[in-house]
Amino acid sequence: MYDVERVRADFPILSREVNGVPLVYLDNAATSQKPAPVIAALVDYYERHNANVHRGAHALAVEATTAYEEARAKVAAFINAPSPENVIFVRNTTEAINLVAGAWAAERLRPGDRIVSTEIEHHSNLVPWQHAARTSGAELRLLAMADDYTLDLSDLDALLSANARLVALTHSSNVLGTITPVKAITDAARRAGARVLVDGAQSVPHLPVDVQDIGCDFLAFSGHKMLGPMGVGALYVSPDAMEEMGPFLRGGEMVLEVTYADASWAPPPMKFEAGTPNVADAIALGAAVDYLGALGMANVREHEIALTAYALERFRELEEAETYGPADLSIRGGVVSFSLGGVHPHDISQALDSCGVAIRAGHHCAMPLVRSRLNVPATARASFYLYNTEAEVDALVSALKRTLEYFGDADVRKPR
Amino acid sequence: MQMSESLDDLYRDVILDHYRRPRNQGLLPNPDLKSEGFNPFCGDQVVLTMTLDGAERIGEVGFEGEGCSISQASASMLAAHLGGRTLDEADALVRVFKGVMQGEELAPEQEEALGEIAALQGVREFPIRVKCALLGWTTLQDAIADYRKR
Repeated sequence: MYDVERVRADFPILSREVNGVPLVYLDNAATSQKPAPVIAALVDYYERHNANVHRGAHALAVEATTAYEEARAKVAAFINAPSPENVIFVRNTTEAINLVAGAWAAERLRPGDRIVSTEIEHHSNLVPWQHAARTSGAELRLLAMADDYTLDLSDLDALLSANARLVALTHSSNVLGTITPVKAITDAARRAGARVLVDGAQSVPHLPVDVQDIGCDFLAFSGHKMLGPMGVGALYVSPDAMEEMGPFLRGGEMVLEVTYADASWAPPPMKFEAGTPNVADAIALGAAVDYLGALGMANVREHEIALTAYALERFRELEEAETYGPADLSIRGGVVSFSLGGVHPHDISQALDSCGVAIRAGHHCAMPLVRSRLNVPATARASFYLYNTEAEVDALVSALKRTLEYFGDADVRKPR
Repeated sequence: MQMSESLDDLYRDVILDHYRRPRNQGLLPNPDLKSEGFNPFCGDQVVLTMTLDGAERIGEVGFEGEGCSISQASASMLAAHLGGRTLDEADALVRVFKGVMQGEELAPEQEEALGEIAALQGVREFPIRVKCALLGWTTLQDAIADYRKR
């Protein structure tokens, strides 16, 4: 039985107050809070083991290197990568995707090639491909969003028919919660000879993800959204795709042999980790993965489905609210984007803050999706995680009712 | 659970009134000055149009916009207070307002000159919303700068 109160007790920040009331943290799609073991791993590293990795034979260097590589192995096992060598530590999802754009796409794409992405991407899985297309002469085509907030797959075969070399898509939308059929899309891409990058920023923290089952070539995700610290993330690369990649950044740590005239590269993953890596945060990410593993990702997913169902049920009490996302909870993460009559999302967010409720307002780094597909300038978004409770959903809904009272007839305002 | 009192410092009645019933709504057909302001972080937008007489005195003012209550109320208050001022006076008003948003205290006569606009002082307690309050004002500055470049 999943005991959410026991989970909450592990998160020191959840017991603090905001504006004199208990914090209700519902901005987990932006970043997650950290359990005590993750914070302890950071402190332990700096108090006892700090040294640079992969060099030096002294005790601290050996301990730091061992812990860093253990963390890599934990992250690899967490996503069922075939080997730790298939996991590259990066700063975050954005850097992971830029690494693929810089080390794979820049080497492989030719004029006339095609990159396929979707209309529901975060900027971090759209802007790098706009650039890659522009610099390589490839074209960027997008799978459309259907009216039910899922991907419209009717165009998939047509988009994959001609010179498609890469499919870059999100596993779970940070705006809509939509969980995409990554496995089916990967199968189709494989048949067309295209490589597949999955943006796992919103899936790896929230549901079981198995890269070998999906069959993707790249999986990018951030540590800070999955209980780990900010400043570390990971990129999984399949053995085949790894063969096709040149270096990303050049310099120390990533070389095999250097002369004054030339250099050769270290084997992966070192080849892609130039410079001193973020050792402490990687080790703490390992602790986060241990924590998630102990809870069980299937249990986390089940908890979030139940909470999302409860939230959507409670939202029905708010006549003025419109929510954006799939009705089928089996393909929806714990994200509820919404509008509330004529009250602007920033005003909603400000009013909720005064009740201790933290949500996000804006375009959520998906400007084209929010403005051109949802046809609103911004949305408010509540996003849940493994420590959120039904009582917190109740606090959100009460605060939204108060917000409506506070702004009163704001919705009589009809802009343009 | 209740809305804190500090929220009332931000959303003063006069601000909510301007938000609900924006003044000077609508763009002028033949403006002498026009500028569009956009805040990429939150998507707030303001378009400001004005006419001038021969002595660089502002005549009519019209604006349109979309965004949060603070950005739109601030732009409405600004639009309502520009008519009859010269561009230099308008420029000076912007500088005073920006100073206020950056934490400068107002002298009593400055506060009086700002009139109802002084109600926006409460925004300072919410640093993340200062850029909302400033949107209309930076749009005006851009309009004046564009005009003077001609």
